[in-house]
Amino acid sequence: MNIKENIKTITINKPLKLDCGKTINNFPLAYETYGKLNRGKNNAILVFHALTGDQFVTGINPVTNKDGWWSYAVGPGKSVDTDKYFVICANVIGGCMGSFGPSHQNPDTKKIYGTDFPVITINDMVNAQVNLLDHFGIKKLFSVVGGSMGGMQVLQFVSNYPDKTKTAVPIACTSSHSAQNIAFNELGRQAIAADHKWQDGEYSSKNSIPDKGLAVARMAAHITYLSKKGLQEKFGRKLQERDDFKFGFDADFQIESYLRYQGSVFVDRFDANSYLYITRAMDYFDLVKQNNGNLSNAFKNTKAKFFVISFTSDWLYPTQENKDIVIALNAIGANVGFVEIKSDKGHDSFLLDVPDFLKALKNFLDKSFLEK
Amino acid sequence: MKPEFKIISDLINENSQVLDVGCGDGILMEFLIKEKKVNIRGIEISKAKVQNCIAKGLTIIEGNAEDDLKQFPNRSFDYVILSQTLQAFLNPEKVINELLRIGKQAIVTIPNFGYWKIGLHLLLKGTMPVTKTLPDEWYNTANIHLCTIKDFVNFSKTKNFKLSKSIALKSDQQSFITNSNLNMKNLSSNLGIFLIES
Repeated sequence: MNIKENIKTITINKPLKLDCGKTINNFPLAYETYGKLNRGKNNAILVFHALTGDQFVTGINPVTNKDGWWSYAVGPGKSVDTDKYFVICANVIGGCMGSFGPSHQNPDTKKIYGTDFPVITINDMVNAQVNLLDHFGIKKLFSVVGGSMGGMQVLQFVSNYPDKTKTAVPIACTSSHSAQNIAFNELGRQAIAADHKWQDGEYSSKNSIPDKGLAVARMAAHITYLSKKGLQEKFGRKLQERDDFKFGFDADFQIESYLRYQGSVFVDRFDANSYLYITRAMDYFDLVKQNNGNLSNAFKNTKAKFFVISFTSDWLYPTQENKDIVIALNAIGANVGFVEIKSDKGHDSFLLDVPDFLKALKNFLDKSFLEK
Repeated sequence: MKPEFKIISDLINENSQVLDVGCGDGILMEFLIKEKKVNIRGIEISKAKVQNCIAKGLTIIEGNAEDDLKQFPNRSFDYVILSQTLQAFLNPEKVINELLRIGKQAIVTIPNFGYWKIGLHLLLKGTMPVTKTLPDEWYNTANIHLCTIKDFVNFSKTKNFKLSKSIALKSDQQSFITNSNLNMKNLSSNLGIFLIES
C-alpha cells in the first residue's frame, strides 16, 4: 500500500523558528478534513490530536484501515458534527503520518533524520498548524478542540493566536506537564532506548525496528490511560484462555494478554523516534512558565469562549489540573465554562463512548455556534 | 418559574455582569438574560444540572460555592445571586463575605423558617415542617442552617452587612421589610429577598 497516496500535505514555505533555536522551512504538514467549509468560512474547527493520534480523526483511517481515533466524537450528527462544521486536523510535526518528522530524510545529508531531527515543542506544533488557516482562507476558526496533548495545543493556540478562534475546548489536559507525567514519558523513552534495535535512533538505515522497546513504552503508557476501577471491572484476575496458571511467564492473565496486544499493534503504526520527540514536546510544555508564572497572562488578549472538560477517574491529567486553567481564566474575567464528567474509563474517557461527555461537547459547540 | 425571580430581576440593572451561585437548571439565568440582557455565569454543584445548563447554552462552572468562589477577583461582578441556597452552607457567613468580595452587590434569598405555617406545623404536628419551599424531610435535607427573616436581619446587623433592600414575599405578593413591620413580615412571609451592598 502506498501510504502517500492517502495523505494530503501542504508544504510550509514560511520559515518556522523552533523553540530549540533551529529554523525549518519547506517542510510538509499532513492534514485531513471532514465536512464542508461554508461560504462565510466561519464553521471551521481545528482538532488537535494527542500523543499517538494522527490527522485521521474519524471514518476509516486509510493507512491503518481502522476507525479514526475520535470516531465517537466526530462525524455526521456527532458531537463535532461534520454535517455542520468543517473539521481540520493535522499530523503534528515530529509525528509519523506524513508531517515533517524524524523518519524524514535530511535534504543536506540525504540520511534519515533520526535523532538529528530538531527537538520540537507544543508551541512549534501549533505554529506549524496555523498555516492551515491561510491555506483554506480562514480568518477565524469557530473552535479549537483537543484532548490530552491536543488540549495543550488548544491552550497554546489561543495564547499564540488570541483572535483566531471564537471558542476553545481543552479536554483532559494541563497547562504544565507534571513530574508524574514526565516520569511516565521518560519510562517510555528509556524502554525504546534500551532496545538494542533502536541503535541510537538510526534503526531505519539499518533495517531494524525497536519494536520490543516501543511496545513496552506503549504498554506502560496504556496503563496510565485507564483507571484502576476500569481495569478491575474489565479484567479483574480473569485468565487468558486457560483454566489455571501455567506456572511460567506466558500471559496467564487477560490483562497481560491485552497489554501485549496493545503493544504489538502499536508498533505497526507508530515510529519509535516520533514517540521520543512527541513525549519530549509534552514534557517541555509549561504555559505557566511561558507566562512568567501567571497562567492568566496566556489568555489576557483573547475573547474566545472556553469550555474546559475533565474526567473523574483521569489520574494522568486530573480534574485539579484542568481546574487550574479555569481558575486562571476566571481571574481575568474570561468567558469559561467547566464540567467534570463522571466516568470510570480514566484518561481515555475523551476517546470513548462516554455519553455525558459527548452530550456536553455537542451542546457547547452547537449552542456557541448560534451565538454572535 | 419561582415568583422570586421577577423580584430579583427588578433589582438588577440591564447589561450588568452577574454570577448566579447555585444556579440549578439555569432558569433564573435564562430569565435574566431575556429580561435584563445580562452577561451571566453560573456555578452549580450537581453534574446533572450542569449538563442541563450546557444544553441551554449557558456559561456554567461545575463547582462548590464554598471552595470555588475564591478564584474570582474582587468586585468582578455587578451582582452575585444566591437564591435559596444560603441555608445549605456549612459556613453561611463566609459565603456572604465571599459574595460581597467578588460582587459589588449581592442578592440573597432565604426560605423563611419564621413563616406562621411552619411554626404551626411544628406546634401542632410536632414534626419538622415540610412545605413547598422546604420540601425535604429532616433526615435528607441539605438545609443545615435554616433561619428566619428576623434571624437574617439580626445577623446582618451583627456582621455589618448593609441591607439596601429587604423584601418579603408571600406567595407572589411582595412588600418591603422595615424595622417596624419586621415581626409581622417574619410571620406572614415564606421568603425573604435581600439586596446587600459591599
